[in-house]
Amino acid sequence: MSGLIIDKISMRFDLPGGRAVQALKDVSLDLRQGELLSVLGPSGCGKTTLLNILAGFLAPTEGQIRLGDARVTGPGPERGMVFQQGALFEWMNVRRNIDFGPRMKGMAKPDRDRITDHLLETVGLRDFGDKAVYELSGGMQQRVALARCLANDPDVILMDEPLGALDALTREKMQGLVLKLWKETGKTVILITHSVEEALLLGERLVVMAPRPGRIFREYRLPFAERGVRMDLRQVKKSEGFAETREEILSMIWGMEEEIMGKRDSAA
Amino acid sequence: MMVLAFYVAIFVISMLIWGRVRRHRARHDFTSLKTVTFGDESAIQPDRVASVISVLSVFLIWGAFTGSGLVPLHVPGPFVGEAAFTYTARASDGAEAEAGVRIAVHDPAAPAPPPPQMTPAPGFAQPDAAVVQAWRSVLLRVSENDGDGATVIAIDGQPVAVDQRVTVAGGTVTLTPRGSLNFEAAKGMQMEPIWLPSPEAVVARFIEIATNGYQNTSLWGHLGASLARVLAGFALGSLVGIPLGYAMGLSGWFRGWFDPIVEFMRPVPPLALIPLVIIWFGIWETGKVVLLFLAALWIMVIAARSGVSGVKLSKIHAAYSLGATRTQILRHVIIPNSLPDLFTGARVAMGVCWGTVVAAELVAAQKGAGMMIIAASKFQLTDIVVMGIILIGIVGYGIDILMRIAERKLVPWKGRG
Repeated sequence: MSGLIIDKISMRFDLPGGRAVQALKDVSLDLRQGELLSVLGPSGCGKTTLLNILAGFLAPTEGQIRLGDARVTGPGPERGMVFQQGALFEWMNVRRNIDFGPRMKGMAKPDRDRITDHLLETVGLRDFGDKAVYELSGGMQQRVALARCLANDPDVILMDEPLGALDALTREKMQGLVLKLWKETGKTVILITHSVEEALLLGERLVVMAPRPGRIFREYRLPFAERGVRMDLRQVKKSEGFAETREEILSMIWGMEEEIMGKRDSAA
Repeated sequence: MMVLAFYVAIFVISMLIWGRVRRHRARHDFTSLKTVTFGDESAIQPDRVASVISVLSVFLIWGAFTGSGLVPLHVPGPFVGEAAFTYTARASDGAEAEAGVRIAVHDPAAPAPPPPQMTPAPGFAQPDAAVVQAWRSVLLRVSENDGDGATVIAIDGQPVAVDQRVTVAGGTVTLTPRGSLNFEAAKGMQMEPIWLPSPEAVVARFIEIATNGYQNTSLWGHLGASLARVLAGFALGSLVGIPLGYAMGLSGWFRGWFDPIVEFMRPVPPLALIPLVIIWFGIWETGKVVLLFLAALWIMVIAARSGVSGVKLSKIHAAYSLGATRTQILRHVIIPNSLPDLFTGARVAMGVCWGTVVAAELVAAQKGAGMMIIAASKFQLTDIVVMGIILIGIVGYGIDILMRIAERKLVPWKGRG
């Protein structure tokens, strides 16, 4: 039970031809255990780079990540990852996908089965354990991905646009599921999205990033995730402050986009 | 040309007839309700009736042009029976006389009949008789028995010059520069058995060889020998190629080291290696297995390499963040992910190996499908050659079908990731 500290992360890498890209500059964040953070920003603002650094797939050129007392230097099971789509192992059925982490750790089969049964129930796939993953719909596949991540009991769950490829209805259902899982498990969750609405619904804290160099532009503390735990998501969207905040953030991002386009135009 | 014309005719006619029939049989599946099928690949199903007619028409044409008893229709066969014509000879004193020639043309499979009996002619020119096989020609020295200096000046009443061809009953006759007559029996449009034997001759030969064997080895011995070589070469090629391909997919050093070799060897057809392989490894089993090993190796290397490169990075990342070690990722993610590519490679490799083994056996072998047809061709046993070709085709097709079934059973997720 420990917090996640992002301490002045910078990411700079060379391109062929001598130019360099500053993907991230001085990004700092502190997360408590059990916090729900959503990260929003126009494309190219470095949000996926940030997530890859948190997961340990990339090493930052400056700064460091600490989870509790340990410094993050590579991927590890204490930081689970949920990808957009296609990260399931299609040569394993649903059950074997979900218990992949425990199986790799060498957990005994009865224990694994207990975890898997419980998770199948939680994500609403009780009767689908023996199905092949490619027989499931996109939404169901993402349920499996969530369950697979939870089966490993990570401290932090990193989500890289997990609902990005789903249709609007399925997406809304899944947003409810993510909120439910967050509340029930008490995990720290970092969710990257390009949907403003999703960022508002699934973020106690919301970070808006700006591009060139990728940096934190603004930070919000929002009541909507808490409301979403208690009430229907469509009610939350109609609730006080939601529409105003959404408009504020949208125009902020539009401003950034226009600035980029303007820069491109003048460069061209 | 004739054969092609027949084939096209059967194709067009059966297409029109079947199209007419099908229109009367209303179908109501989803595809039949599509109004746009031209260009919609999913609406194009192979018409199984066409497949059946296609195979049947090959046999029909084969039978029709070889005089098969299995086929009701035949193109005209060679002339068999008694051919006859008359010739006019001129003696050195200018006198002219006429005499008949009769030639018994017989089926090559039947024993030769006695030459036709001739009654002496009234003039100085005397009649002649000969026996010849269908499709063959015979040289008739007709003026030999006509007295000194007699020369042929006309055939069947038509004046004839040297090298001129005259059509007579049952064939054609040509006057040679030395004064003889060359009779060529009418060939008809059927093929000689030495060019293409009839289907039943091939079947009969198949039964004979299947029971008695060919050149001291049973038919299954020949096919088995070829298959065993293919399996040995393929197994060795996979055994070396798959790990090498994995290494090339996982390590930059391996890829850099072996890339030039693989890319250089890949376009070299295995057949081009036969001379070198024979020099190095001899003409017998070792040489053949080495050749097939080389044929399978590069294909399997490339298949394994692309299987590894084809793994989605997010799957690897997912496995790492689920706590898997590198060995576990290799075992549980990379290898299963590469199986569909390996199967595709294995299918290609088996096909190439099968083709290569036959070619290698043509060069030298004591048994094998390729040896069987090359040995038979040396004795002009065309029926064995045709039988061998058909068996090679069937075995190759069978291998591919088995591989496809195995693929469906073992990698059901192929193409669905």
